[in-house]
Amino acid sequence: MKILVPIKRVNDYNVKVRPNQSNTDVDLSNVKMAVNPFCEIAIEEAIRIKESGNAEEVVVVTVGDEKHQEQLRTALALGADRAIHVKTENPLQPLDIAKVLVKVFEKESPELVLMGKQGIDGDHNQTGQMLAAMLGLPQATFASKVELQAGSVEVTREIDGGLETLKAELPAIVTTDLRLNEPRYASLPNIMKAKRKPIDELDLDALGVSPKNRVELVAVESPAERQEGIKVESVDELVDKLKNEAKVIE
Amino acid sequence: MKTLVLVEHDNAEVAAATLSTVKAASLLGQDIDLLVAASSQVIAQKASQIDGVSKVLSFVDGRFDNEIAEDVAECVVQVANDYNFFLASSSTTGKNSLPRFAALLDIQQISEVIEIIDNATFKKPIYAGACIATVKTNQEKNVLSIRTTAFDKASAESGNAQVIEMSVTDTSSKKSAFIKNELTVSDRPELTSADIVISGGRGMQDADNFKLLDGIANKLNAAVGASRAAVDSGFAPNDYQVGQTGKSVAPNLYIAVGISGAIQHLAGMKDSKTIVAINKDEEAPIFKVADYGLVGDLFEVLPELESKL
Ligand SMILES: Cc1cc2nc3c(=O)[nH]c(=O)nc-3n(C[C@H](O)[C@H](O)[C@H](O)COP(=O)(O)OP(=O)(O)OC[C@H]3O[C@@H](n4cnc5c(N)ncnc54)[C@H](O)[C@@H]3O)c2cc1C
Ligand SMILES: Nc1ncnc2c1ncn2[C@@H]1O[C@H](COP(=O)(O)O)[C@@H](O)[C@H]1O
Repeated sequence: MKILVPIKRVNDYNVKVRPNQSNTDVDLSNVKMAVNPFCEIAIEEAIRIKESGNAEEVVVVTVGDEKHQEQLRTALALGADRAIHVKTENPLQPLDIAKVLVKVFEKESPELVLMGKQGIDGDHNQTGQMLAAMLGLPQATFASKVELQAGSVEVTREIDGGLETLKAELPAIVTTDLRLNEPRYASLPNIMKAKRKPIDELDLDALGVSPKNRVELVAVESPAERQEGIKVESVDELVDKLKNEAKVIE
Repeated sequence: MKTLVLVEHDNAEVAAATLSTVKAASLLGQDIDLLVAASSQVIAQKASQIDGVSKVLSFVDGRFDNEIAEDVAECVVQVANDYNFFLASSSTTGKNSLPRFAALLDIQQISEVIEIIDNATFKKPIYAGACIATVKTNQEKNVLSIRTTAFDKASAESGNAQVIEMSVTDTSSKKSAFIKNELTVSDRPELTSADIVISGGRGMQDADNFKLLDGIANKLNAAVGASRAAVDSGFAPNDYQVGQTGKSVAPNLYIAVGISGAIQHLAGMKDSKTIVAINKDEEAPIFKVADYGLVGDLFEVLPELESKL
């Protein structure tokens, strides 16, 4: 079985991203970039499935500019066998990313697609569901447990009320949540080995996808700052403030 | 053109999130219809009483017992011609199904809308709420997921919409099948719509200590939440997680206990009206957003607080 893992290059989650000077976009000029944390979880899960003998090949794919190769190398160092880089200078929106991934899916014919539930940059939470829709395949989003069975996958999902378990026939699209696993770190020998693993390059023309700017970014601003409040000295003072000043309890 | 709102429910009640979504929809200034996919007519009847709604399209089928995204998306696609706006809340249900039908209709969805400026221009948080983006759509049809904490609730009782029974057509799309649910049972208010929320973090040390929060929650009729670290460590179930990748809450009162205040946590609670932080580290970033900070050991503070409420 082959597993396809689409990954996204995003800011390191420790960095607080700010608007640029002209408030037209975010300022990523000096920001450390990384593999989206949910995608790291997807890579880890794919590798574990391979290690358990249930998959032969893990292929990672990303859509973006030249710098995205860094994240593909990271994925290869973590244990992916092969990478695909779909090149585009301008970042695409989830619908177009999904259209690209449809083409990659059709070329690769994986049995399972494992991807992140959301990019921590745009917080869209869309691409996996869109890919599943366009392919007419079952989706299992927000996975905290993935169990492969013959010809199907059973997925436990994190939902607002608790947990839900679904079963999907393969091929299926699964998006990962935080509790699915704890990603490993790449070892130095594996980082060296990853340099020799293949990265196939494709472009949008060859795939026949022409992206559209359907939703434009008009402005980016900082949110209204909260006023830092006061420190209270005791529980009594806290209760008093909540009752008589904030009037939020009785 | 009209606006279609997806009704969320548990086959017994309409979710509070839907009321806020209807309120957001009303700001678009168009007629609002609701879409209900449920296992009985009960939900459609209840939904017809929501204020400001023209029609309720009611899809009834046993398989709608659980809201499988594939099924819901099919229902929407079936009626999509009449609408130019499609809205649902950004709950896990909305997040699961909205992009599915957006893609089927070739629409780029706009997620987590917190403000409707006009019918083409919307605001939404990005980068864990560190920035607010204003986006403008060039599409004729739009799909919006609504961050419900940013909108009031429509009245659940004053409306009188017409209920239209729809017939369900199946398409060829392959679907996942429901196996089981393990839902958290609680007598307390639901986290995202509670007036008061008390959340625990890694500082709680273990699951047993969450009882210290339960006592206070019971006295205040509050919901209990948690940080990611607390959920990851098994102190609290996953549905307690507040934050960028968990739930967004904006209660009248949010009490953060043993939570440091990472940006991912703040993303889900910094719009609360009053914030209280209880933390033994006076440098903890949570104090930067707190109206009232109490520096102290939670194991001393919580029992005293409970006794004084
Ligand atoms: C992709 C991604 C998504 C994430 N999504 C979320 C999310 O949705 N929600 C979320 O919350 N986090 C999220 N995080 C995690 C976030 O970055 C922080 O790691 C997390 O919020 C920390 O939780 P905490 O404050 O409970 O723990 P810590 O940061 O460890 O803080 C514990 C606090 O407890 C205090 N404390 C300890 N003992 C006591 C005591 N006895 N009395 C009083 N105070 C005490 C300490 O002083 C400290 O401030 C995400 C991270 C990533 C990478
Ligand atoms: N540019 C991209 N290239 C490859 N995969 C992507 C890209 N953008 C998003 N994805 C995948 O889609 C998931 C959800 O992203 P999003 O819909 O942007 O929140 C990510 O975790 C990735 O798995």
